[in-house]
Formats: sequence, structure tokens, C-alpha cells
Amino acid sequence: MNGFVDISNVTLNYKGASGGVLALQGTSLRISRGEFAAVVGPSGCGKSSLMKLVTGLVPADAGEIVIFGDKVAGPVKIAGMAFQNPNLLPWRKVIDNVLLPLEIVEPHRRRFRQHKQQYREQARVLLATVGLDGFGERYPWELSGGMQQRASLCRALIHQPALLMLDEPFAALDAFTREELWCVLRDLWQEIGFTVVLVTHDLREAAFLADSIHVMSARPGRIVMSKAVDLPRPRELDICYEARFTDIVHELRAKIAQVRQA
Amino acid sequence: MNQKTLETLAPWLFTIAMFAIWEAACRIFRIDPFILPAPSEAFVAMAQHWRALLRHSTVTLWTTMAGFAIAVAFGVVLGLIVGWSRTIYRGLYPVMIGFNSVPKVAVVPILIMWFGIGEVPAILTAFLISFFPIVVNVATGLASMEPELEDVLRALGAKKLDIMLKVGIPRTQPYLFGSLKVAITLAFVGTIVSETVGANAGLGYLIALAGSNFQVPLVFAALILLAVEGIAMYAVFAYAETYFTRWAFRSSMSAAT
Repeated sequence: MNGFVDISNVTLNYKGASGGVLALQGTSLRISRGEFAAVVGPSGCGKSSLMKLVTGLVPADAGEIVIFGDKVAGPVKIAGMAFQNPNLLPWRKVIDNVLLPLEIVEPHRRRFRQHKQQYREQARVLLATVGLDGFGERYPWELSGGMQQRASLCRALIHQPALLMLDEPFAALDAFTREELWCVLRDLWQEIGFTVVLVTHDLREAAFLADSIHVMSARPGRIVMSKAVDLPRPRELDICYEARFTDIVHELRAKIAQVRQA
Repeated sequence: MNQKTLETLAPWLFTIAMFAIWEAACRIFRIDPFILPAPSEAFVAMAQHWRALLRHSTVTLWTTMAGFAIAVAFGVVLGLIVGWSRTIYRGLYPVMIGFNSVPKVAVVPILIMWFGIGEVPAILTAFLISFFPIVVNVATGLASMEPELEDVLRALGAKKLDIMLKVGIPRTQPYLFGSLKVAITLAFVGTIVSETVGANAGLGYLIALAGSNFQVPLVFAALILLAVEGIAMYAVFAYAETYFTRWAFRSSMSAAT
């Protein structure tokens, strides 16, 4: 059976001034539809390169990436992205930041002017689901870091992408806010049912949220271990203190320590 | 008097103090008015020659604003082009730096040969001297766009034009307004240089004429008026900056760092 996201034997070479850097080599990964996949690994292992490949921002030097039956040859347009930095536009109100993708992606782009009210309502509802009810008319600088990141998630999801790509979205937040946002993301995923690729350093984050965790090796990055997380859903934060949870985290930790040595 | 009123009054107090020290120095050291007239003498000259001063400062103001307006239009367009493409940036930048290094006073005789004595060389000199900072700032505003934000939009299938319109151009605004404050003062320099070298009106012309007639107090009266015009126009663009790009001051682009 084919996956929703199918990465097979991909190589990526970054050309720099001081010669090329082999970012990924022989990387393969398969993610099924609606799956929540997490990619973990030591820093500099090419996790972010993987994101750029899957979204079609960077072409692979070898191998191929197939998303939902189509070979990736350019920007995929069915993906939403969010990064560690919320990257909200400071001159736009929060709601207009969330609406930004609709001004760009088809078919919304064409309909945007006529159906503006309807789209705004849609954005308001989405903001309310992440706990930003009533903050739409504010400017980003009036929001805390965690709230900005919630808005950034809304922006990534407003055009109802089938695939959500997250590059360490919670890394810059304090521990409490981070756990809050885990739950926000969990609820959004359970409610809407998109496919997620979450790149993270945080093993607890990966274990709490994901269905499957993929460990990458040091550069050139390859998937060296894939682990299914069979914790029952819906998961509550308390699960982080159970033995079966800590076992998973320990196992991942040991594997990463091992690939860092190598 | 509380701290806040003191802060509001500070610019006026400093200006008055400067004139007072100047006046006192001229009187105490009995400086020859031919070398450095006291401000009181300059103000007397201003009152005597107010008609001529009004006429010439109006000419200087409008030629400066005309040259500055061309510089803004040209600078913004060129800045967008330079910020748009790395190739154009690479190709054009050395040429622009070379051009900017040429002293404009050396260009004025050529302009006078082409366009004759009058306002046109003054307008063009004001334009030539003031467009460079605008180009550089607009191009910097575009070039310093967050790459991740570009990724977000490109992944949605945004064309380069979309990214420019939605992100690049709006985020360039604070850079543009910052450069306008620099450019407007430079434009005055350009106008005066041109009027001094060859013109039949304007404060630069008046200064050159009064200087050759040994009317030194009138020279200083013209210089004071020139400073007033410069401060006034700077204030206008400083206000425009805070008005149009309030978001940049409030957030100090912090949402982006």
C-alpha cells in the first residue's frame, strides 16, 4: 500500500561557497493519510531540509518524493507550514495574518474579495478553536509568544491543507506554554484530521503527539529508526508521567545518543 | 516644572541658548561683524531684507521639494528593482556607488550647460544628491525579508510578485521613511550647491551675492532661514514616518526577530 507522503531514497546536496554539504543521503520515509508523524534527531541532521523537500521548495538531487500519488516537482500547495518563529506580519491584524494564505492559494484567491466576510468568519472560528477568541482585531505585537504561535498555526491551517509541516514550532516557548500548545495541536489534529509532519528536538513532544516517530542520523541525514507510538488516544498530559511513555522517550534518547557518537 | 514639559521645551531652550552664547561671544570678544556678525545683526538684516529673503527662500523650498519628489519616485522604483533581483543588485550597485561618490558640485556646471541658469539645475542637483539613500534603504528592506516567511508563501504557490506585494513592499515602509529624513536634508544641500554655482534666484544665490557685496549679516540671515526650512521639512517626514509606520515602532519588528 502506498503512503500519503512517500519519500524514497532521497539525496540532497547544498551547494555552498566552501564546497557542497551533503544534507540528506538515501533518506526514505512513508507516512499514511491522517497520520501524525514526528521526525527527531541531533541538531544539523537535515530535518529542516526534509521539510523543504516535502513541500517542494527545494528539488531533490536524487530519489523521489510522492505526495498523494503526485510526484513533487514544485511547491505542493496542499501544505501548511509553521516554524519556530511565528513570522506574523506586524502591519496586519491577527485575523488578516491568518487570512494571508487565502489571498494566495487557489481557488480562494479568486473568491477572496467577494467572499471576504465568509472567510473572516472562518478565520474567527479557527482562532476561537485555538483559544484566541476576540484577539483577531489586535496586532501581533499585542500578543504573547505563545499566542503568536497559536495564530501562526491558524495561518498554516486556514486553507485546510491536507498536510501540515511543522519545524520546531514550540521550541522557543516556555515549558508551560509549550504543553498548552501540544494540547491545542492535538485537538486541532483530532478535530480536522490532516496529516502532520512535526520536526522537533523535544522527544517528549514527539512521544506525546505522534503516531510514529522517525529518528534521523547525523549529517548526511537518514532515517535510522522508525517507531510506532501505541499509546491510546485521546492522550492527556498525565500520560507523560506513565512508565510506558518514559520507556518510549528513553528508547529514542538512547538511539539519538548512539547516532551522535557515530 | 516637571520632566515632561522640560523635555518638550528642551529643543527651544537649546536653540535660544545657542543664539545667546553666539550673541555674548560676539559682544565679549568684540568680533568684527564682517567676520562673524552677532545673531541680532543677522535678525536685523532679516527684517530689512524680508521681501528678498521671502522670495529667495520660496524658490529654494520649491526647487528642493521638486528635486526631492523626483528622488522619491525614482529611488523607490530603482530600490524595488534592485531589491527584486540579485543580478540587478550586483550589476547596478557598483555603478550607483561610483555615481554617488562623484561630488555633485562638479556636476552642476554640466547641468547649467545643458539647461541654462535657472531652477532646473537646482532641481536636478537636489534629485541627484538625495535619491541614493532612498534606493539603498528600499533595497535593504526587500532583501532582509525573513526566508521562512518566504517559504510559507512559496509553499502555497505564491509567485515572486505575490511575495513582494504582500510582504516585501509593506515591510519596506519603515526603511523608506527612515531614508526620507536623510534624503530631504541632502536635497537642500543639492539645491544650495547648485544655486551658489550658478542661478538667478534662491537662498544659495542670495548667499553668494550678499557675500560678494560684503553683506555678511544678510549671508547669516539666509543661512538661518535655510536651517529653519531644513528643520521644518525634516519634522514633516519624521511625523509622516511615525504616522504611517506606527506598527514598526510599536513592535520594533520584534515579531520578526
